[in-house]
Amino acid sequence: MSNKIINKFASAKTYIETCDKYFLFVFIPSIVLIIAGWSWGIFVAPPDAVQGDSYRIIYLHVPSSIYAQLIYWIMAAWSAIYLIWKVKLAAYLTKSAAFVGLLVTFLALFSGSIWGIPTWGTWWQWDARITSTLILFLMYLGLIALHDSFNNQNKADNLMSILTIVGCVNLPIIKKSVDWWSTLHQPASITLTDNPAIDSAMLYPLILCIVSFGFVLISMGVLVSKIIIFNREKNRNWVKNYG
Amino acid sequence: MLPHRKKRLQNILLLLGSSFIGIFLILSALNSQLDLFYSPSELNKNNLPKERIKLGGMVKKGSIKYEDTKILFVLTDFEEDLDIEFDGIPPDLFKEDSGAVMLGSFDGNGVFVAEEVFAKHDENYMPPELSK
Repeated sequence: MSNKIINKFASAKTYIETCDKYFLFVFIPSIVLIIAGWSWGIFVAPPDAVQGDSYRIIYLHVPSSIYAQLIYWIMAAWSAIYLIWKVKLAAYLTKSAAFVGLLVTFLALFSGSIWGIPTWGTWWQWDARITSTLILFLMYLGLIALHDSFNNQNKADNLMSILTIVGCVNLPIIKKSVDWWSTLHQPASITLTDNPAIDSAMLYPLILCIVSFGFVLISMGVLVSKIIIFNREKNRNWVKNYG
Repeated sequence: MLPHRKKRLQNILLLLGSSFIGIFLILSALNSQLDLFYSPSELNKNNLPKERIKLGGMVKKGSIKYEDTKILFVLTDFEEDLDIEFDGIPPDLFKEDSGAVMLGSFDGNGVFVAEEVFAKHDENYMPPELSK
């Protein structure tokens, strides 16, 4: 592959310019879609036969949980790019995504606990699914703390990337925990292989919520990454001349 | 790919591979200790555990009885049954033919006295009209 193309994509300046150019195309749909998704889920979708209205927290819980894991996979890919090609932008983005991941993992745990009180009769049990998700939350926190604890930024980027890749082992555990061990948490309602165990009147708004969360989190991630990039490259001329 | 980059990729794969093998060995050593609860057929009826444990399974159909403030029911995993006694308020989702998890211990007569009862929800979600 031509190095010119790689260098163009690897430049933080090009990244910021591209984000600025297209930001509203992600941000506006994110607001529209999340309002549509949540309104559909809360006001239009039918109540559940067993749980009544309390099930509606899945419109927050399921998207949060999905992105809590997906963001970590993306961070691991960026970490590998950073370690192999020494593309600094990949390290900036890994750090930015860690903040977004921390937030959604917190939302997943928090919304699950709120749902657990009326449904299970407890807000916390040390079952494999809940515990492994708590570990994911602590990993995001740990990666941010590790990166912040170094004065030498290159060393911080390196160690954060290595730890991110090691932390991947937790992801299949979270995914399969409900199948491998007995847990209080139920198995997945939506899988790639079987028909969904959730009625389509409830499933469609859920899919919309999952899509809208993608837009919301990208918008959020872009804003966080701008702060981080401007901070890291503050002595570069393009940042001084920005805006 | 340049040789030094290839080397770094190999190192990453080595790191990832050894992490996965390590965690696999740990998890297979722990195995069923990571279960949240025992199911009735996992217990030896002649030598019931003395300590507090968590039990889980299905509430047997037609088995719930009320005696004063106590709730008596049978927990089953469709292989073995156990008698449960609970003095308290179970969650709304606790009902017959539905999953439940409980913390407690066995009394001398092989009855499990639950201190806390949790309802387990399954993965099925459907509107009330369709569940009839």
